[in-house]
This record gives sequence, structure tokens and C-alpha cells, in this order.
Amino acid sequence: MDTIFALATVPGKSGVAVIRVSGPGAFQSCNAFGFSPPEPRLSALRRLVHKDRGFLDEALVLTFTEGASFTGEYVVEFHVHGSVAIINTVLDCLTEVQGFRPAVAGEFTRRALNNGRLDLTQVEALADLIDAETEMQRKQALKGFTGRLREKSESWRGDLIHALSLLEATIDFADEEVPVDVSDDVERLLTGVLDTMDREISGFGVAERVRSGFEVAIVGPPNAGKSTLLNALAGRDAAITSEIAGTTRDVIEVRMDLGTLPVTFLDTAGLRETTDEIESIGIQRAIQRAKAADLRVFLRGEGEFSDLEPLGHDIVIDGKSDLRSDGQGVSGLTGVGIQKLVEDVKDYLLSYATSAGLVSHERQKEVLVAASRSMSIALDFVRSGPEMYDLGSEELRASIFMLERLVGRVDVEDVLDEVFSSFCIGK
Amino acid sequence: MKQFDFDVIVVGGGHAGCEAAHASARMGVSTALVTLSEAGIGVMSCNPAIGGLGKGHLVREIDAFDGIMGRIADKAGIQFRLLNRRKGPAVQGPRAQADRRIYQAEMLAATKAQTNLEVVVGEVTDLIVHDGEVGGVVLDTDRRLTASSVILTTGTFLRGVIHIGDRQIAGGRMGERPSNDLANTLASFELPLGRLKTGTPPRLDGRAINWDGLDEQPGDDDPVMFSFLSKGPTARQVSCAITHTNEKTHGIIRANLDRSAMYGGHIEGVGPRYCPSIEDKVVRFADKSSHQIFLEPEGLDDHTIYPNGISTSLPEDIQLEYVRSIVGLESAEILQPGYAIEYDYVDPRALNLDLSLKGRTGLYLAGQINGTTGYEEAAAQGLVAGLNAARRSRRLQPVTFSRSDSYIGVMIDDLTSRGVLEPYRMFTSRAEYRLSLRADNADQRLTQKAIEIGCVNEERQSVFENKMSSMHSGRKKLDNLTVTSRQLVDAGVTISQDGTKRSGFEALAIEAVSWDALMSIDPTLSSIDLAVREQLSKDALYANYIERQQKDIEALRRDEAQTIPEDFDFGSIEGLSNELKTKLGKARPANVAQAARIDGMTPSALMLILSKTRASVVKARVAV
Repeated sequence: MDTIFALATVPGKSGVAVIRVSGPGAFQSCNAFGFSPPEPRLSALRRLVHKDRGFLDEALVLTFTEGASFTGEYVVEFHVHGSVAIINTVLDCLTEVQGFRPAVAGEFTRRALNNGRLDLTQVEALADLIDAETEMQRKQALKGFTGRLREKSESWRGDLIHALSLLEATIDFADEEVPVDVSDDVERLLTGVLDTMDREISGFGVAERVRSGFEVAIVGPPNAGKSTLLNALAGRDAAITSEIAGTTRDVIEVRMDLGTLPVTFLDTAGLRETTDEIESIGIQRAIQRAKAADLRVFLRGEGEFSDLEPLGHDIVIDGKSDLRSDGQGVSGLTGVGIQKLVEDVKDYLLSYATSAGLVSHERQKEVLVAASRSMSIALDFVRSGPEMYDLGSEELRASIFMLERLVGRVDVEDVLDEVFSSFCIGK
Repeated sequence: MKQFDFDVIVVGGGHAGCEAAHASARMGVSTALVTLSEAGIGVMSCNPAIGGLGKGHLVREIDAFDGIMGRIADKAGIQFRLLNRRKGPAVQGPRAQADRRIYQAEMLAATKAQTNLEVVVGEVTDLIVHDGEVGGVVLDTDRRLTASSVILTTGTFLRGVIHIGDRQIAGGRMGERPSNDLANTLASFELPLGRLKTGTPPRLDGRAINWDGLDEQPGDDDPVMFSFLSKGPTARQVSCAITHTNEKTHGIIRANLDRSAMYGGHIEGVGPRYCPSIEDKVVRFADKSSHQIFLEPEGLDDHTIYPNGISTSLPEDIQLEYVRSIVGLESAEILQPGYAIEYDYVDPRALNLDLSLKGRTGLYLAGQINGTTGYEEAAAQGLVAGLNAARRSRRLQPVTFSRSDSYIGVMIDDLTSRGVLEPYRMFTSRAEYRLSLRADNADQRLTQKAIEIGCVNEERQSVFENKMSSMHSGRKKLDNLTVTSRQLVDAGVTISQDGTKRSGFEALAIEAVSWDALMSIDPTLSSIDLAVREQLSKDALYANYIERQQKDIEALRRDEAQTIPEDFDFGSIEGLSNELKTKLGKARPANVAQAARIDGMTPSALMLILSKTRASVVKARVAV
């Protein structure tokens, strides 16, 4: 197998840059720079000296042995000074080593997956972790990366295998001293798993939002100051503003990090009855996006519009407070009330985000929904009694298979192991 | 072409050997069955019963290939029970207590009556090998028999050692010699060998058992036969009795554990978890104060009783002591002590799917020698080896079985891809397509295939073809019938009247819909034979599930069709972890489906194997 290498940190100028080498020949990379591999897992300061190019840099060198590295292979990391020239020279030198080649995108992770160092949910979480922009995203991705979903799934799987082994014992050892009716025990196990699994599935929406970002729509009648407010929030002129009612036609998005949360604010067309065809399309779009958003900020102004009503947690506030005698509300122009509005939005989204589950990818959700569906059918069969165990176990098997698709694969030996440890089989 | 004494030589007259010899002979090639003695043909060395869950399925599949086990068991059956009668048909397994003497006598008679089959009495001491190809056997009389293929079915005879307490006797079965010379010959082939153990209980004299007060276990009122050709039992039917061990029994066993061969450290082989000795039961399930024992008669004219549930390797005096602590057995006499037996087996991963040895053409292995346990498992392997050895002698491609078409396929795939850690026994839970692989439809699944390869006689073929044509016409009548939910309600079925229109077959899949209801809607259905009606009901019951599984089955068959060359070098695949390379090298999967089941296999690794073994694009079923 090839030994692969790549710059593991961001290209360009930086204090330190890390070049990672992985594969059977990884340790030879040290020899290419004129020293023998330092002791694994201990950092060593070494002078990188190439036989033709001479002294390249002074670097911190880390080595990891097979089975004890990120990829599961021999790995060497060179922490060099983050200069483009040094990085390029070191990479060039590595290319010359026999059996070495530059890694393609994602190849280190792929090898980690191949070698069983990471499961599929962890790979998905790793991508999220690297992409995390906010604190909340980081925390969520870390949960996934440290295998929380896998742990959960393992515990579900354990319960399901136990339930299946109870059913299989009554089937395969019908003429032995095993219970005839195990419906109650199986039901208890299945309802337990269904309960927590369904909770995770329902937490998917929120977790997905933490991953991809929340949406907050600013809505209200024309000329209520929505675009001005958006620009103030963004700190730049993202939307065109004017005194003319109906200036905003399309939905304008501004993405920002609100405290720890990724939030996209949406500026929308002012809501009013109109005969203008283009404005009408804009209003429909505004309503659609506003309804799908996690939170709506209603700016009160002149005019009534009944097609979009605030929900309980939505924020309703007067716009253009600078024009009001009592100074109430919010003004994008003067900045009055913006601080408070941001706090309110943040408070709500934070409380919403805490209900996030471990399931944060559509793929994961789909697998769990299918597993949950099979389990519900299995439960119905099992409740009808031993006559239906053949079909109950079939559905249960299907749901275990689904869970396996989340992280690994199923094995009938696991079911038999469970049977033999629970019952005294053998007359 | 060379002239051989026989086309196929089968070594061993046990269940694997008999089935192999008959299968080979049915294929029309000249076959020799070499056995130590004629009396050894068809001997049931363990419990006097055939069938059960998974095992009954295997017997039906053997029968679907016109094999003999089912027919002989039906003749010898003295108590028939369909296990799981109240559960769905997919998990029902036929089982019978068999009269040992009738079984042996019928097997010997059938073997002598089979054309193309000759019984040769003698001990095989060596194999004839030319240029790496096995071409016959050498007998202890120095007689040489040549053949184009040889099937070894030597059971526990390979370096067999019997243990009773601390006493050890070399032997393959009580009172018979072990085949050490043959074991040495096999050792010279450098086959991967392992060691297993199994045990039997003491045999009791039924005349000294107090039967009064013991629970009686009668057979079924309507006995279900093994063979699709049998009409009903021919032997007199009897009951078994049930008794239990008690605290006193357990106390005796516990106090003498150190004298048990297994607990005294005399045995290194691994025993089956599903057939533990009474010592094992007492130790492992210490909180259980009683274990069930079935008192099974060994025959109608035989007073020997097989106490199923107390196999042991304790010394004889302790055996007698604990037996007599059991209700009904207070004055029991032991006719033959229980014992444990240790024996060599060949790691079945060394075999191809046709049960020939990889790399050594012409040698097939079947039965316990491959690490399995059970008469039925042995016979099923015998069938596979017999068919294939015969095909080889005619230079035909091997005939193989799939996990999706039979329990035989499940077993052979399990054996050749995963090997064994304990004696391998069939269970219905091993078959992922259990709902379609039923005992009741074994003929529907397999007999056509059997006819095509030519191992079915005319009688069976005509019975089968008649049945299938009645099934097809019955099914057609059902498919052509359209019933509305209204009609069903009018016929007395409790069902929501939602205007759904169903075919007769679809309606039959609904639990509440009976043939009576359908016949009241369409009286012409009553022309369908009762047995055909019952079979169609079973097919309909699982139709939805089977349809759903069809996709998986197709994917499996695709993967099975992606064969991996026998000498493929897994080490040459770039990107595969060393661990997987080692595992693959050891298991040497025959196809991609087998590779997929190797422990630790990842979807991406499977893709690498696929792309390497076959350059053409294959849509992997791995969904990632």
C-alpha cells in the first residue's frame, strides 16, 4: 500500500504547519530528512536535512505506530514553521521517497474508516467538527465524533439483540426448557428502545439546525424598517433601503454567529395586498420562508396583513422607533433596541438548541426512522403472542440490520451467544 | 482415459457417507461405499431421533433431492412430533424418535438395493495420490481401489479418544477402532486441523425404570412425515417419558466434578454450547434446581432407554449414583456408560462450496470431520459431496447451494466462510431468509434443480410434477379471482370494508381469511385439492415478506456470482488493512458475498476487493 502525505493545516502563512505522513513506510520519511524515527508518541525536536537540499527547517516530529494513530497506520507528523517555502520544499522531498504519494482529499479519514478507527457516524461528525464555526456546532460535532451516537446505537442494538434472542430461543429450542411466552419481556425491551429512539429522531430537526444554522425571518408591512434593521444587524449594506414601500422583492440572507449559534437572518418583502405581479411573488416567497424559519421577528408598522400571524414564541416589536415619540421598539437607523432584540433572539434559539439530539444527519435520521418503523410492527406481532413470533423476529431482525447500517454490521452469532448465556439449552 | 475401479469412493457408512454414496449412485456413476463393517451402516451413535428445528428442514431438503434420510426415518419413526406446531409454518420442524434397528436395517437394505452402489468392507489406511490428485484408497488388506474422486466421511474417527472419568480409550465410537493411519495420512497433507468434543449420556435398561408417575410425552395425533413421498408411519407408535434432575443429583455431580473428564482437565477440545453435559449445566446454571430429562426408547424391540439431557464424562460409579437420585430411575441399571469423545476435525474453511478440498483435487469431506454435529447436518453435507464428486467424474461443473435457496446453502456457506469454534449445528435463526426456506416448501424450492442435475428417480419426479401442476393451477385460480372487501365481509370475515379489491391469493394472506370464506365467494375453488390449498395458504402467509426480501436475495445472488479465484492474493490489494488481509487470506472467501460476512469487513474494503477481483463495474449493495 502507498504511504500518503499531505499538509494537515491550512495552506498559506502561519506560525506552525503540520505535515502528516501515513502508511506502512511512514517512518522512512524521517530517514529522508537525515534522522531515525524518534520514539513513538513522544515529541522530538529535529533538524530536517535533505541529502541534496541541505538544512530545511527545525521541526517538532511526532511518530505513531500501527494501531495507535488516527488512521490506524504508521504515522509521522512534522510540525514545521508555517512558511509556504518550507512547506513546499518538505512536500517535494516526500514525493521523492519510494512508495510515497500525496494524499487525495479525505484519504486519511478514509483509511481511518477502513481500519476501523472511526465508524460512519464518527466520520460524519469529524467533517462537522472541522466545519464547525460556532461553539454550539463544535459541541454537537464533538458529541458525534467521540462516538455518542454509536454508543447509543450500541445500547439499542444490545437491547434488540436481547429481545431477538428471547424470541429465537422460544423458536429454535421449542422442545427444551425455555419459556414459551416471552412477549412481556420483549415488549418491555422494545418500548424502551422505541421511546429513546423516537426522542432522538424528534431531536433531529434541532440538531440539524445547529449543524446547518438557524433561520430568523424579519417580517412586517412595507416600509416598517426591515431592511434597515437587517443592515444594522449585518453591519453592512446587505439590503437596498429606500423610502419607497416594496423596495425589497427577493429574500435576502445574512449569516452570522450569534453568541454560540449559527444564525441566518432573512429580510423579506413587506407584506401587503398588491396587484403588482412581481411584488406578489416576493410576498409569497416571504411567507413561505418565514413559515419555515425557526423564529420570526414581526416589525409593526402601518398596514394590516392577515396571511401570516405570529406564533407564541415569535417576537413582535415596533419598527422605526426613531420616528416614534415614545422611543419604544427597534431602529436599524439609530441602533436603539437592537441589543435587546439580539438578546431575545439568542435566548430563544439557545433554549431551542438544547433540545438537540445526537442525530444530526439526514442519513442517520432515515435509518433510525426505518428501524423505529420495523420495531413498531414487531411490537404488534409480539403482543399478539407466540403464534406470531416468526414475523415479530423478522421485523426485529430488520430493525437491527438498520442500526447496523448506522455503524457496522449484524451477526447471527451475536444472537446465539445471547441465547446460550441466558438459557440452559441442551436436554 | 484412465480406467478406474469406481467413479466415486465414499469412505464411511454413517449418515454423511450413506447420503453421499446414494447421491453419487443416483447420479448414475459407479460408487463404492467403504465401511469398517456392514453393521456400521446407518448407525445412530447418539440419540435415537431425527429432525427438529433447522434439522428437520435439512432432512426435507435432502428428500427434495431424492435423498434417503427422510424415507428411512419415516420407516423407523416410532414417535412423530411437529415442533412449533402453533407457530408459523416457517419455524415448524418435523422430528421423530427412530427405532435404531429398523433405521439400520432399512438403510442397509436401501444401500444394497441401490443400483451403481457397492458396499466394500475394510479399513481405509491411505489415499492414493498422483500428481497432487487423489485417485483412490488403500485398504488395510493392501487392496487398492481407484476412483476419480474420494469422499471422506470419517466422523469422529480421526484420532478419536473416549473419556469416561479419568479413563481414556482410543476409539471413534464405543467399541470401535479409531482410524489413526488415515489421520496420519491426512496430517501429511498439512490440513488445518482442530479438536472438538461431544458427549453422550449413559444408556439405561428400560425394564428397571419405574414408569408410573412419570409424565408421558405422546406423539402428534396427525404425524407429519419427513419425506414428500411417505404417506404415514409404518412402525408402531410409542410415547416418551419425562423426568427431572433434582438438588440431590446436582449435589452428587458437584461433589465429583474433579473426576469428570471435562472438569478434570483431560479434554482440550471445545464442546457445543447447545448440548452441554450435565456437569456443565450444574456449573453454568447453578441457580437452577432441576433439569428436564427425556426418556427416549431406542426401539420397539429394544429395552434400551436414551436419557436425553444428562450427557456426561463422569466415572461410571458416579453416573450410576446420580442416575439413581432421579425420580423413576431409583433402581435404574446402566447398559452403557455415558462418555465424552474428542476428535480431530478439518477447518472447513479449507473447503470449496462443493465440499472438495481447496487445492487438492478429487478429495471431498463431509460430516463431522468438517466440524459439524448432528445426523442431519452430516447427511446434508454427504448429499452435496456425493452430487459433486459424481459430477466431477463426469467432468461437469460443481452444483452449489445458496443461503437464499436452502438451509444446506446456509450451512455450507457458514462452514466454508467462517469456520467453526464449536461443533456446528443448524438452527432456524441461522437462516436470514427463514420465511422462504420452509420445511413445507423444500420440494418447491429444490426438486426442480435436483431433476435438472439428474439425481431424482421417476417416481419422485412424477409425484413432484403432479404436485407442482396442481399448485400452479390452484394459484392461477386464486390469482384470477377478484374479491372485494364487501364480499369478504359478507362471507363472514372481520375486515374493514374499505372497498379494496384483492386477488384471491392476496386475500388469503390476510390472517382472518380462510379457504371456506373464499370458497363461499367462488365455489369452483373447492375443486382444488386440500393439500394444495394448505400449501397455498402457507405460501400466501409470507408472500409480502418474501417479496420484500427479494431485493436482498437478488443482491446476495449477485454477490455470490462475483466469484473470487481460489488462489487470489488478498495481500496484493492496496488500501486493505493488514488485519483484513490476514483474515481474508485465512478464510479465502469463494465469492464477494462470503467476503462481506467476514468479521471486521468494511463497505469500503469490500469495494476494493470487488474492484480488484473483477474490473467490471458492480453496484455494491453496501449503502454508504
